Amino acid sequence: MKKSSASFYEKQSFWRKSLNARTALLYLFPSVLLFIVFVFYPMFRTIYLSFFLTDQHGSAALFVGLENYAYILESQAFRNSIKATVLFVLYTVPAGVILALFLALIANEKLKGIGFFRTIYSSTMGISVAASSVVWLFLFHPSIGMFNRLLSLVNLPEVQWLLDPDWALLSVSISTIWLNTGFSFLILLGGLQNIDGYLYESAKIDGAGYWYQLRRITIPMLSPTLFFIITISLINAFQSFGQIDILTKGGPSQATNLIVYSIYREAFVNYQFGTASAQAVFLFLCILIVTIFQFKFGERKVHYQ
Amino acid sequence: MSFPRKIVFYFLLLFSAFLLFFPVLYAFMISFMTGGEIMQGKFFPQTFTLDNYFRVFERLPLMKYLMNSFVVSTGVMIGQLIVCSMSAYAFVFIPFKGRDFIFFLFISTMMIPWEATMIPNFFTIQKLDWTNTYQGLTVPFFALAFGTFLLRQHFKTIPKELFEASQIAGLSRFAFFWRVILPVSKTSLVTLGAYGFLTTWNMYLWPLLVTNNDQVRTVQIGLKQLQSQEVATEWGVVMAGVIVVIIPTLLLLFIGQKQLQKGLTQGALK
Amino acid sequence: MKRVELMNVSKTYDKKTEVISNINVVIEPGEFFVLVGPSGCGKSTMLRMIAGLEEITGGSLRIGEKEANHLPPSKRDISMVFQNYALYPHLTVEENIVFGLHVKRIPKLERKTRCNEVASMLGLSEYLNRKPRELSGGQRQRVALARAIVNEAPICLMDEPLSNLDAKLRAHMRSEIRQIQRRLGITMIYVTHDQVEAMTMGDRIMILHDGKIQQIGKPIDIYNHPVNPFVATFIGSPPMNIADGEVNRQKSEIRIGDEWKIKIPDEDSRLLHKEQILVGIRPEHIRVASKETSPDNRQVVEAINVEILGNETIFSFKIGSYEWMAKWNGQWRLQVGDLIPIQLNYESLCLFDHKTNELLKTPTDIENNILDKEVFL
Repeated sequence: MKKSSASFYEKQSFWRKSLNARTALLYLFPSVLLFIVFVFYPMFRTIYLSFFLTDQHGSAALFVGLENYAYILESQAFRNSIKATVLFVLYTVPAGVILALFLALIANEKLKGIGFFRTIYSSTMGISVAASSVVWLFLFHPSIGMFNRLLSLVNLPEVQWLLDPDWALLSVSISTIWLNTGFSFLILLGGLQNIDGYLYESAKIDGAGYWYQLRRITIPMLSPTLFFIITISLINAFQSFGQIDILTKGGPSQATNLIVYSIYREAFVNYQFGTASAQAVFLFLCILIVTIFQFKFGERKVHYQ
Repeated sequence: MSFPRKIVFYFLLLFSAFLLFFPVLYAFMISFMTGGEIMQGKFFPQTFTLDNYFRVFERLPLMKYLMNSFVVSTGVMIGQLIVCSMSAYAFVFIPFKGRDFIFFLFISTMMIPWEATMIPNFFTIQKLDWTNTYQGLTVPFFALAFGTFLLRQHFKTIPKELFEASQIAGLSRFAFFWRVILPVSKTSLVTLGAYGFLTTWNMYLWPLLVTNNDQVRTVQIGLKQLQSQEVATEWGVVMAGVIVVIIPTLLLLFIGQKQLQKGLTQGALK
Repeated sequence: MKRVELMNVSKTYDKKTEVISNINVVIEPGEFFVLVGPSGCGKSTMLRMIAGLEEITGGSLRIGEKEANHLPPSKRDISMVFQNYALYPHLTVEENIVFGLHVKRIPKLERKTRCNEVASMLGLSEYLNRKPRELSGGQRQRVALARAIVNEAPICLMDEPLSNLDAKLRAHMRSEIRQIQRRLGITMIYVTHDQVEAMTMGDRIMILHDGKIQQIGKPIDIYNHPVNPFVATFIGSPPMNIADGEVNRQKSEIRIGDEWKIKIPDEDSRLLHKEQILVGIRPEHIRVASKETSPDNRQVVEAINVEILGNETIFSFKIGSYEWMAKWNGQWRLQVGDLIPIQLNYESLCLFDHKTNELLKTPTDIENNILDKEVFL
């Protein structure tokens, strides 16, 4: 009698104790389900497919082990695409961050009408990659585009911006830098405004000038934000697609065939889902390394108030 | 600030603003020009006629595309707000075993780029028969680790005592979430909502993959169509299309710039 | 007006160490009961266990005549005031006050009248449409109070409700809370770290230290008969002076340090069983030595700090390695470095066992300090 009531009580208390976990799962269920279906499952599926040859419907047909990887690493096209991606990152990330930092610095001064400038500087965040690419396509137009008109004004030879393999990647990079400026600017401005004003006041009392304050206070205090924005820019650069699709379609002679565009072509134009998956795994690894870097070195530098 | 310094700063500000905004300004001007004017390389149109705008709406079912983009963006926004606020609430207000593990799961989704998973996702949508549907365009984006973190950050600033006081008053967990947490976090919800709307409106690759007819196609794909149809001949019409597409998001950004900046910085850095 | 009963209540987070142990107490209906102790002593945890916000891991809690260990907070017939007030920032004062009534589905008209009644009692009538952020700290505190009493719950729990207020307002609110409690007749359980609040507000107080009850009783009884050195030094301001003492059997005297000797009367020779003791004396029991003082009790000390407060004077001096304080009525024109003759009477001493901290003797001359109503003409 006593025993049974004790076990009943235990059962009840287990039910009660797990109440929190059960409620929490209820609230987390939509997120977890969606993550499983649209993030974790496809990630494993991508890895799985990268070991197979596939049919037209993307089902695994023949196990080939690492052959897909061997194939893409040997293929001139993929190597070329890696080279283009690395160059693209080098063109866009440093220049983009420096431009955004410059804009954030001049827009952080307490001047009349500064709100107007901030709005203008952040405006490209509201512009889609498709819209911006269409506009830049016109600016780069060989005969009626603005760039060539300016060149001819100063008697320089015209440049085939998007059609010359030597210029195409640079041209795409310029449009990308412009497009990403808004977001980077907004985040960096937020970072600047989070810096305690007392730091500057005490520096002023010590007689420090603008450049000294910039070097000794602003940049160190902004370092976590800078680090964050560098990471985001890197990841964004790896993921660029829309500007390629509209501006160059990967050409000329594959000079702008960035990795995501290459995956897209391989999968949805050539229907080679196996090799496309191998490329996707490669992309995943690149971004994983960048993110781990961010966690490892970024965390430590964050200045909490 | 001294007067000469002010001059320097205003010069830099104006110059940068002009350079940065030039492409948009130029596109705006061209959208009013005739083909001849564009060929001559003018900056100001002779007259501000709306011809190109009328033509772009004739050329494409642009109204339909705008509607689609609006429905999809609003759908993703609402979906994200619901799904992210629920998970953020669980992370902050319900202590349970395994919370760290699930939190780690959320973090790890940030390391997986959407593009690396798009092939299986494409087939998933096909299997669900969601190609060319609003579900196919919206549902995959409802869960968002960044959104959960942003809201979690704000929820954490709400004192625990508020929860305890409502427990004593006899409020259920859900009622506390609905009647206290959500109204108190209005600003963060607005930030996340604006962010979700903006990014969805500007989405390009996914709509390209899962839509192939005018019924659900979004404006971004419309722009691509317009551009590839009109090569070189009617840039005025193309730019009119561009202006129509960017106006909603630019307006949203102009209104919410301050809020967005605050919210994103917080979500990103703490 | 309900009774709250704790029987052998304990609390552990890791199933090994108890943060609260062996709590036995009955809080009577309508009583103002204060839980007091230094920070980290477990007093807030205990209150939260009564409220149902923390699980009780051992023993049982009864509210009214019902076992309440597993009742949800809303079923315990309690209201609670938090240290940070926990007002809903998005609701107006009025909505905050009636929030609980709203949840309990009390009709709108009654909500309104009860809210107005409470608001006028606390002087909040003008602020009903404001948001909490538009109020001062004191006003927010009143809203929190209003929210607690509008429920008409028979038991009210308060967790350091005054510690965010400035000193002057705090003193005012002390008496206001006490008056409201008396008027409504509710059972109050009040947590504070401030012994002044405990002394002035409580019908009875419980002193907690390291999760254990030190003493329960009326404030004045605890002041007069502290059961151990912890209670003795915790209650009273400035605290009771304490020093190591040694009993000399042959001479029947207590020695503190080298130069201090206090004669033990013959009746108290039982003390001779213990050699090592703790000697305590309240600052106001240290008297100035007069001509009549026997040379045995008389000592001259050097003031090392002097505080003249207008109606009383506090000075410190060294005794052995201890720093003691004395409190005298009136304005004494003392200066640092002055030599002051004082007397320590055996009757005023409080003695504790050095090892067990057990109380051996309480002051017997307290009667000299107690004034009764008979002195009124």
